Amino acid sequence: MSDAGLDRRKVVAALLEERGALLVVAGLGSAAWDCTAAGDHPLTFPLWGAMGSACMIGLGLALAQPKRRVLVVTGDGEMLMGLGSLATIAAQRAGNLAVVVLDNERYGETGMQKTHTAYGTDLAGVARACGFADSRMIRTDAEIAAVRSGIHRGRGPLFFQVKVKCDSLPPALPPRDGAHLKHRFRDALLGNAAAAQ
Amino acid sequence: MPGRASKTHPVEAIDWPAAIHGALKSQRVRQVSYVPDAGHKRLIELCHADKSMAAVPLTTEEEGIGLAAGAWLGGERAALLMQSSGVGNCVNALTLASNCGFPLVIIVTMRGEWGEFNPWQIPMGQGTPETLRLSGVRTLRLERAEEASTTVTAAAKLAFGGYGAVAVLIAQRMIGAKSFGEEP
Repeated sequence: MSDAGLDRRKVVAALLEERGALLVVAGLGSAAWDCTAAGDHPLTFPLWGAMGSACMIGLGLALAQPKRRVLVVTGDGEMLMGLGSLATIAAQRAGNLAVVVLDNERYGETGMQKTHTAYGTDLAGVARACGFADSRMIRTDAEIAAVRSGIHRGRGPLFFQVKVKCDSLPPALPPRDGAHLKHRFRDALLGNAAAAQ
Repeated sequence: MPGRASKTHPVEAIDWPAAIHGALKSQRVRQVSYVPDAGHKRLIELCHADKSMAAVPLTTEEEGIGLAAGAWLGGERAALLMQSSGVGNCVNALTLASNCGFPLVIIVTMRGEWGEFNPWQIPMGQGTPETLRLSGVRTLRLERAEEASTTVTAAAKLAFGGYGAVAVLIAQRMIGAKSFGEEP
């Protein structure tokens, strides 16, 4: 049950520590706040809307940058809205893409209503059935090192459903201007080549 | 004039899917995602056969909006192919295009407008231009097969030079109305 889960801020901080060349897409709501709390970064693209799109943005990025590692960090509610994207990602065999779902079994921004994972939907099972190279449920801090290793070196697509505590943390807000978030990401990744695209 | 030979080619002779593929390729589009439509059959095949393109089948059209945003973040251009029935699926995801200025070319084969035999296609087909406009997508109409290349090229320039989503609506009359063998 979710009150026995991991501390989501500690999990994300551990995953993004010494992140190197990692490219990150953060799903809207708590997942984006968690990534910001770990340190706002130009190569993190946090979403404030377009719910259900985080994984597909990660796929487009992974296909465009096959030599870089791409990580999508999102919540269970955001993931549920784009479940079909797991089939699309698996069909592309995106070897450089990992998805981490921070699963508190709740819609955190709207009043902590239960999501479908609270009623038994097994997201890791869905990803496995779609054809992800590896898909795991993570329940202990001891497993986070293996998640880190997968994100940086594993053959993807990889899926990690991390059971986290159902708590309300103070938001850590990233910049809100979408055009700014886009430009800073492209400038950091592409440099002068961005202008010639 | 009676007896005078036409200088224009018959519509059947123009390989407009190849013209669209060529226009996308010359505009450096590298990711082409789609939900299939019979009208897009040949273009989808051409994109799959092209090693310079990633052809990405989607489970629903809105996935293609997110994919295009990620492609642009990573330095690549994207296009999205769909039937008009898929336009309504994209509305909230199009926030990415209008709010962040992610460019994208959407190529829509129209249903529900010219000789449509399936009443279930008509509401979304008739609502397609307004739905796109209200979602911040600029639109161009493609009515004649011989204009396929110039229209798609113009759409790509408008999208990638103007940082927004641009849709080309391919007239049902140009594609040919589907009938499932039923004759009116």
